[in-house]
Amino acid sequence: MNAIDRIVGSMLPLPRAHVDTDQIMPKQFLKRVERTGYGQYLFWDWRRTADGAMNPEFVINRPEYQNAKVLVTGPNFGSGSSREHAPWGIQDWGFEAVIAPSFADIFFNNCTKVGLLPVVLTEKECAYLTELAQHKPTAEVIIDVPSQKVTADGFEADFDIDPFIKHRLLNGLDDIGITLGHADAIDTFEKKRPAYKPVLSRSS
Amino acid sequence: MTEPRTLFEKVWDDHVVHSAPGNPTLLYIDLHLVHEVTSPQAFDSLRMAGRTVRRPDLTMSTIDHGVPTAGRELGIRDPLSKKQIDTLIDNCAEFDITLYGLDDPRQGIVHVISPEQGATQPGMTIVCGDSHTATHGAFGSLAFGIGTSEVEHVLATQTLPQSKPKSMGITIDGELAPGVTAKDIILGIIARIGTHGANGHVIEYRGSAIEALSMEGRMTICNMSIEGGARAGMIAPDQTTVDYLKGRPLAPTGADWDAAVAYWMSLQTDAGATYDTELIIDAAELVPHVSWGTNPGQTLPVTGHVPIPEYIEDPIERDSAERAIEYMALTPGMALTDIQIDRVFLGSCTNGRIEDLREAAAVLRGKTISPHVSAMVVPGSGLVKLQAEDEGLDQVFKAAGFEWRDAGCSMCLGMNPDILSPGERCASTSNRNFEGRQGQGGRTHLLSPGMAAAAAVTGHLTDVRSFA
Repeated sequence: MNAIDRIVGSMLPLPRAHVDTDQIMPKQFLKRVERTGYGQYLFWDWRRTADGAMNPEFVINRPEYQNAKVLVTGPNFGSGSSREHAPWGIQDWGFEAVIAPSFADIFFNNCTKVGLLPVVLTEKECAYLTELAQHKPTAEVIIDVPSQKVTADGFEADFDIDPFIKHRLLNGLDDIGITLGHADAIDTFEKKRPAYKPVLSRSS
Repeated sequence: MTEPRTLFEKVWDDHVVHSAPGNPTLLYIDLHLVHEVTSPQAFDSLRMAGRTVRRPDLTMSTIDHGVPTAGRELGIRDPLSKKQIDTLIDNCAEFDITLYGLDDPRQGIVHVISPEQGATQPGMTIVCGDSHTATHGAFGSLAFGIGTSEVEHVLATQTLPQSKPKSMGITIDGELAPGVTAKDIILGIIARIGTHGANGHVIEYRGSAIEALSMEGRMTICNMSIEGGARAGMIAPDQTTVDYLKGRPLAPTGADWDAAVAYWMSLQTDAGATYDTELIIDAAELVPHVSWGTNPGQTLPVTGHVPIPEYIEDPIERDSAERAIEYMALTPGMALTDIQIDRVFLGSCTNGRIEDLREAAAVLRGKTISPHVSAMVVPGSGLVKLQAEDEGLDQVFKAAGFEWRDAGCSMCLGMNPDILSPGERCASTSNRNFEGRQGQGGRTHLLSPGMAAAAAVTGHLTDVRSFA
């Protein structure tokens, strides 16, 4: 995972509520065994009209938003399926952060594991940034992780972030590496697990 | 004297490997369920880092999402699905993981087969790269869905760093009216709290209406906890739980059984323990529910009408409703029972168990489905299929005009060949009605197995209580 310190870039406004991971990354693209290359499938159905042609109206297809680095969206973003393919696709498209009034739990968690920064701002703050991006697609937003501040033209907001997640993101740390630092504690725990807990063997 | 604790707190406390202020708690994972879709990248990373699977004996694997449910003997035709399935088979062989493959009668949906084998037991921590892992909470285990990075983490360490979720108690007292099922309880809850009403929480379902449910019914409820935004759903173990587990292949025996039962029975929420959020529902007020929109919160009693967006005050929900009504091709204010359907899907980790099949068969016995409807039953596992055939349920379904398929996730998410065509409308016993969930352009109405069977016969959404 790459370290994240400060993200500077333009925004893509998607003011919809409850955007689920089936929309972000439809199931037909989950058959791949690779971890990369999902950007081309992002919002697949929404990017197309009923006859399968590209819909030039949909925000992500519009030329003025092609370089956006920050997705600004509505509440409960990423609800539904646990597919990590959703944050992979958002990241692969070129986004480095998602700003929303709230996120679904598993999606939020997955973002922090892959280094896509989820930022919770109030509905009012999200609405301001959405309007700014709609009226001035080149408007830049700055997300500063150390100071936990989001700034843009005429805008400044603080955001909360779990201190441990912040530490991990700032340093690009591998979770497994951190956990293996507690290998002794895992060994000790395993020694006192009750015998009645189920165990599988390949012959079972 | 120790503080009174909830079921969730007891299970959490018993799995803490390491905790330190300002850090997530490192939890031990008792069982890791693995399927073909969310695991290949995790195994790859594991290999690349030179790591191995710490506890293959606490890891159970099956193939469910991408498998065809008909013509299986011809092999997997979709080359991508075939590669994904072969990759899982290879990974399980390489890392010595138990796999219930396509040639095994125990193959099926991961959340159906683990309880069936007795691998899901009270007081365990269970994870899977699948959001419906909450199903296993029906046994009083703490079970939740994880992403692929976390799958890799559990493979490597058998633990997960977690920040402690909040708790929500949902109490449902009283008796359910005839025709009202576990599915209606959970749809009714989600209709009330919305798809993010329980974000950040672990729900405990309790009360006399929950205690009266079978394990199958409890699994249906816990399964859809995620549809209310919850991390997990749990139900305290009781005699029903113990009776279900006794004699199952992976259940303890002898002295271990006695020790296990004593532990399981100690997990009930203590008197005086409190939840961060509480909700109380009168079971007698619950009626059959059906979803009309494109998220599970957009659900109403079947006696209701499609909402009129202008009457919705919250601008975000109004916009959401407008979009859903357009996608679902409905008219605001129309009666839900006037909605004509093309397809019926009976199955999934929500409602693909033997009791669900019995419920639907009871409605269908001696009837035939509407000529403009095509309907299929996809049992949740090979063993559910065999049991249903033993009971003659397959004959009831076939005589009514249903197709009788092999086990898998099937049309719940349409990763296999079972998908809706654009514009087709399906009465489905599954768990999600998102746009395109069952096939690009498809339209989904979520309901109980009995309601799905009634809709298959009449050709439109139907109140099973008035169906004879």
